[in-house]
Amino acid sequence: MPWRAILIIVSALCLLAAPFAAGWVQSFLVLAIAKGLAVLGIVVLLQAGQVSFGHAIFFAIGAYATAFISRAMAGGELVSLLIVSALIAGLVGLVIGLFVVRYRYIFFSMLNLAFSMVFYSILEKFFHLTGGSDGIRVLRPSVLGVVLERESFERLLYVVTILCAIGFGLLVDRYLKSPLGQALRAIKSNETRLEYIGVSARRVLLVAYVVSAVLCSLGGVITALAQGLATPEYAFWIRSGEFVFIAILGGASHVAGAFVGALAFEGIRNFAAILFADGWQMVLGLMLIGVVLFASEGIAGLWVKLTAKTAAQKSEAAQ
Amino acid sequence: MKNVLLSARDLSIQFGGVVAASNINLDVYEGENLAIIGPNGAGKTTFLNICTGWLKPALGTVTFLGRDITAHAPREITKLGIARAFQIPQLFAEHTVLENMLLAASAHAGRWNPFQKLDAIPERGAMMDLLALVGCADIADATARHLPEGKRKLVDIAIALSLEPKLLLMDEPTAGVASSEKFGIMDMIVAALSKRGVTSVFVEHDMDMVTRYANRVAVWTTGAILREGAPADVLSDPEVVRTVIGG
Repeated sequence: MPWRAILIIVSALCLLAAPFAAGWVQSFLVLAIAKGLAVLGIVVLLQAGQVSFGHAIFFAIGAYATAFISRAMAGGELVSLLIVSALIAGLVGLVIGLFVVRYRYIFFSMLNLAFSMVFYSILEKFFHLTGGSDGIRVLRPSVLGVVLERESFERLLYVVTILCAIGFGLLVDRYLKSPLGQALRAIKSNETRLEYIGVSARRVLLVAYVVSAVLCSLGGVITALAQGLATPEYAFWIRSGEFVFIAILGGASHVAGAFVGALAFEGIRNFAAILFADGWQMVLGLMLIGVVLFASEGIAGLWVKLTAKTAAQKSEAAQ
Repeated sequence: MKNVLLSARDLSIQFGGVVAASNINLDVYEGENLAIIGPNGAGKTTFLNICTGWLKPALGTVTFLGRDITAHAPREITKLGIARAFQIPQLFAEHTVLENMLLAASAHAGRWNPFQKLDAIPERGAMMDLLALVGCADIADATARHLPEGKRKLVDIAIALSLEPKLLLMDEPTAGVASSEKFGIMDMIVAALSKRGVTSVFVEHDMDMVTRYANRVAVWTTGAILREGAPADVLSDPEVVRTVIGG
């Protein structure tokens, strides 16, 4: 247990110190960690063996909720933006969830995809409301009543992002270890038995779905604030696919996988783009093949395996 | 006369041309161990499926403690106090045996606090006792997926018992358990049932098990009840001997 606390504090300090190395690091990390939050939503659903190919809808709902509030209130306030946008996404997640939790596997995936693409089209076509494919500019919000300069706001947003990642990472970890989270895992192995111990699998999945919607939306809010923009591309299926890709790369066996995966993905994408220009997708594709073939549990799975091995060696040594 | 716990009236259902239940009438009395015997395909499991809400009968009703439960969802019926152990054990394959039990205990006690760890719920001790009762305490930390068939059956029964049911339906409870252990385990289960005041209905093919544990026997053939009564009378009935036991 103390090891985990130390690990979290050390990585938080490293992240906080990282931007001093180079100016671009901070904006890179904000976007990567925001994506990690969204991926955490996918990881939650993966516990039940369900893959959503449409979760970008919640990312976009977070971003657009922020954009609309920002437009109506000349920027708004950061903390309330995060809370209100997440609540809206949670509510939409509840409504969409009522439909999709009735389905499993390919049907679940495709229905999610359909919902997200409908939303994408609405964002594109209702341009008098949404600004069409140009999107909506997101103004810099105040923070608890204080108006900050651009540089200090970005620094603060970075800190808030790290706090969100740690806070929600720990909360989700707790949730997944609770009876409710374990019942979610049980959906993957035996829904019949779940029903026969008196549990509605749909209700268990619905809770997870709303949680995942909120997580995705937080990623969207932070991204919109960091980029100063919300565009329909946030809801596009390629982004949904990216979340799933990262979840597999990072691994679903540990919440840290979502963030490690997002950092690895964004890192590789940036460097591969510099080195190979048009070939970065190929590098990512090869990586995914590698992960699927040799580390099917993702980066987090490798870590879990490694620590389990050291624990086993330790107990052996103790005997 | 003892109280009627479960009562099936005029149950009928067909699957294509196969009659799985035709006009089934059966009462289950409080405190008894009722054995259901009959050849394969006679509709024994179908009867359990109807009683637990998995199947909706084309005709007829099921009442439990005077309450109509026909075609209610299995989870609702479970909550009313009917638990089920399956012919093919239904376990959470990726969880450990103890986690299987703890999940059932959480469901039964309504423990859904998302910040409480499953392995720290207060029912943990009681669940270990239950596992010990069916002789599975030593495999509490084994992943369910890796268990041999006999152990799976026992864990399946332990899960059903953890729900503290009034009525337990078991589908061939000791099929797949080594025959040297069968009686020992069934002795423990039946003792536990009577200690907890649980009524049981069990489908069984082994006549030794029936004579030893059942107070009453119902014989199924092609979706209907052929005979019903005390084991000694029913099992010596010439028609039962001919169609079910084989003579």
